[in-house]
Amino acid sequence: MQMIRCPWCGPREEVEFHYGGQAHVPYPAEPAALSDEEWAHYVFFRDNTRGAFAERWSHSAGCRRWFNALRDTVSYRFLAVYRPGDPRPVLDQTPTAGASS
Amino acid sequence: MSAPFRTASGGRVERSVPVSFTFGGTSYEGLRGDTLASALLAHGVHQVTTSIKLGRPRGVGAAWAEDPSSLVQVEEPFPDPMQLATTTEVFDGLVAHGVPGQGRLADIGDSARYDSRHLHVDLLVVGAGPAGVQAALTAARSGARVALVDEQSEPGGSLLGTTDLVDGRPALEWVGDAAAELAAAPEVVHLQRTTVFGVYDDGFALAVERRTDHLGGAAPREVSRQRVWRIRARRTVVATGAHERPVVFTDNDRPGTMLAGSARTFLHRYGVLAGTRAVVLTTNDSAYRAAVELADAGVEVAAVVDTRPQVPAHWAAECAGRGIEVRSGSAVVGTRGTDRVTHARVAARDGGAVDDVACDLLLVSGGWNPAVHLYSQARGKLAFDTSLGAFLPTGRLDDLLVAGAAAGAQELATCLRQGGAASATALVELGLDVVPVPVPSTPAAPPVTAPDLVWTVPDVDGDTSRQFVDLQRDATVADVQRALGAGLRSPEHVKRYTTIGTAHDQGKTSGVVTSGIIAELLGGGPDDVGTTTFRPPYTPVAFATLAGRDRGQLFDPVRTTALHDWHVRAGAVWEDVGQWKRPRYYPLAGEDVETAVLRECAAARTGVGILDGSTLGKIDVQGPDAGELLDRLYTNLMSSLAVGKVRYGVMCGADGMVIDDGTVLRVAEDRFLVMTTTGGAAKVLDWMEEWHQTEWPELGVHLASVTEQWSAFPVVGPRSRDVIQAVFGPSGVDAANEAFGFMTWQDTVLDGAPVRLARISFSGELAWEVHVSSWHAVAVWERLVEAGRPYGITPYGTETMHVLRAEKGYPIIGQDTDGTVTPQDLGMAWVVSKKKPDFVGKRSFARADNLREDRKQLVGLLPVDRTTVLPEGSQVVELAESGELPPPPVPMLGHVTSSYRSAHLERPFALALVKGGRARAGQLVHVPVKGRLVAVEVTGPVLVDPEGARRDG
Ligand SMILES: [Zn+2]
Repeated sequence: MQMIRCPWCGPREEVEFHYGGQAHVPYPAEPAALSDEEWAHYVFFRDNTRGAFAERWSHSAGCRRWFNALRDTVSYRFLAVYRPGDPRPVLDQTPTAGASS
Repeated sequence: MSAPFRTASGGRVERSVPVSFTFGGTSYEGLRGDTLASALLAHGVHQVTTSIKLGRPRGVGAAWAEDPSSLVQVEEPFPDPMQLATTTEVFDGLVAHGVPGQGRLADIGDSARYDSRHLHVDLLVVGAGPAGVQAALTAARSGARVALVDEQSEPGGSLLGTTDLVDGRPALEWVGDAAAELAAAPEVVHLQRTTVFGVYDDGFALAVERRTDHLGGAAPREVSRQRVWRIRARRTVVATGAHERPVVFTDNDRPGTMLAGSARTFLHRYGVLAGTRAVVLTTNDSAYRAAVELADAGVEVAAVVDTRPQVPAHWAAECAGRGIEVRSGSAVVGTRGTDRVTHARVAARDGGAVDDVACDLLLVSGGWNPAVHLYSQARGKLAFDTSLGAFLPTGRLDDLLVAGAAAGAQELATCLRQGGAASATALVELGLDVVPVPVPSTPAAPPVTAPDLVWTVPDVDGDTSRQFVDLQRDATVADVQRALGAGLRSPEHVKRYTTIGTAHDQGKTSGVVTSGIIAELLGGGPDDVGTTTFRPPYTPVAFATLAGRDRGQLFDPVRTTALHDWHVRAGAVWEDVGQWKRPRYYPLAGEDVETAVLRECAAARTGVGILDGSTLGKIDVQGPDAGELLDRLYTNLMSSLAVGKVRYGVMCGADGMVIDDGTVLRVAEDRFLVMTTTGGAAKVLDWMEEWHQTEWPELGVHLASVTEQWSAFPVVGPRSRDVIQAVFGPSGVDAANEAFGFMTWQDTVLDGAPVRLARISFSGELAWEVHVSSWHAVAVWERLVEAGRPYGITPYGTETMHVLRAEKGYPIIGQDTDGTVTPQDLGMAWVVSKKKPDFVGKRSFARADNLREDRKQLVGLLPVDRTTVLPEGSQVVELAESGELPPPPVPMLGHVTSSYRSAHLERPFALALVKGGRARAGQLVHVPVKGRLVAVEVTGPVLVDPEGARRDG
């Protein structure tokens, strides 16, 4: 039960949020111009990152707004949240896996 | 009944408040403040139950939750399985008995209330022993919001079972003063009988408070029995103390065998002597206190058996002064007795003769395990400290600190100091000004002699099959040996192979011992082996408690339409559609479902029927770009729809598969009312919001669900025009085809209530949907039913709705589709715009896989025998030329998605997804039904009125 920081509402309980998959996978400008393979990469293929991963979240039981987050897929910790359209933040340091000691 | 083992005075029990209880069919008297275990021991009753596999007598092994053996079933006041005698407080009317490993759940409903509360604090302190109390005091005086949570009936922790002095007076007086100060502090929540059973991310902790269990039948009805506290703490100090651990030897499970510190607790807290003549086996100094204090209380201590060659001088002198023999370099190699220990079998560790020493109490101390459960749950790393002989936290976590015996502190002064220091550290990190609390003085502790690490004492004959590691599981050293012999090495694997640590107590006394035994057998130290992972809950929590008030109707909300009471009065049989209750059909007296549905269908096709369609999803789409958004999400063009018109639309995922369908009404230039399926309402709103916010935020659109604001009633059938004209004609509506065309809508008013009429048909019949604010739904529905009476208007349910739409080949998304079906597969290429350059899903229609001729397509199936109703989900197969089934594996052509009897066709029919189905029209295929092959003819999906002649009446 993490606290997730909605960019509009502030920290709220994890149960209020809904996961939306990898971020920064824009809808292609001209789908018709893509090969079947290129289109399939948009529709079916996503990264499976170990470590900091940019992904989409929706504050579905709160303000119902979408936002992006950088999350460590090893520790599950949120490293940063940012609004749609904002660039992916640059982290000061690489995330550490697991708990600190 | 007198209690011969009760001391004359002392302890925390209330000697003036006797309570009567029954255990194992015998009545006893205890005192308020007793646990079931202490009350039984006061009567000299040691055996509580027998063991799960071997049926061996088992007694009280410890004084609190770490006890692995005193399992009881409470029968009165309410059946409660798998409780421990050591944690069950006695009260008048308690009825309990021992259980051999498995209890019995109540077969009556639990009428007690359970609830939960949220709590937000700066500092959560777990454990109200010396470290926890000092931590809480420090935080309270510093003005922090504090929760002090402790699992016992009163604060004090280990001090409840000792004669320690703090500031020169009994320690519990100091605890009492601290508790009074905390009670007076405005920002402190102090909870006793409350177990923090799990810690999670970001300072979240769950605790269960046992609010009325100790009151038995006298519990006030209005108070919840147990409460879950959901605590969000900025910092947590874990001050949960330590558990004494046993040494494993042969026949170490006989009643009368007990952890040494627990005997002190029974003496000092409960005023109970656990026996008359004791032998003490120890690897460390701590058990000497038990020997000395029990001797002073009148127990004859036959011997202290110390595994160490060098015994501590201070304690040797204390023993000598009391005439207690100390045997150094020795161990207990076994016990004698049946249902109670009669002798401890003592021998020198380097061999030699076995001396059977008579005793009725065998106290054991193999050292202390810091209670690191919560720290470990929070993913704190442990390391084995050889000098202490214990797994200790390796440090702290970002928001969790460990203090006192849980961190390995052995002396009272250290516990007090660490508690205050951990609290101060946390408060500084939170930016609070710390008001330090002076560490109270404690008497100097005697010098400590290093403990011995002894996990097992070898059996004289090498037999390990009665050396119990986990008493609840009847698991022995022999089982560990077998696990290692099978090649297992990790304690996680040994745990699962032997079941050690998987019982009620989750290995509180057996877990570390098992790691020690593995290390001993494999060579190496416990650090090389490690421990199993500590997981919540720390102690068992009842499901009823976790459920809290989310039971019955509150477990999953029930949604009802505005007409629910009308449906109840009409005798509706219900169908659950998501959370909605929808009438499935309305049987007349003596009708079964089949008869009722045939009657309802016939009414809609020959007269007039009315359906409560209020559960359909409705989304109000507003804004200058509303049409543009719908164009991008529907397969067909919506922006070209004229105000006053209705259009059917289909939505697909980016993969081209149908996700929902429904009609769209253009309400104004900048406003649409989007209708979705009942089950798709929330999903479609989510879908629209997702695309709008994440891909096209530049579109000026606002979205709102209006599902519950609008009720909707399809009025269906050749006589529907008469009904609509009768009800709304006086308001100026002309229901004639020329004035009110198919797929148009008109607003009107009935008795002051705004009503929207739309000529939409999900049955192929002449039909209107009547939309009205849910406040006026009942009145309008009743007007329609009244006006329809001359035409035999028939309310119908979802079953009839399904039959009528299936006869027309209209798919139900999610029943006739499964996320692998395109609009083209459904035969609905006409709903896919060729004009629009793009929409979600369009590009996927051109993927090679979606162009295959042999894709599964929606078709109709007519059983040739005209009688069989094909079960939905049945497979469709093709016979070989021989007329037989092809050899297995028989290729599957597809499956039946919908299947009904048709009143109109006077025969059963079905819809199915069949490979290359459209090209098979007119062919015979087969459907296996209960072991026989039913021949079916493949048809187009539209079986009634394929020309569409009926829709205009
Ligand atoms: Zn929000």
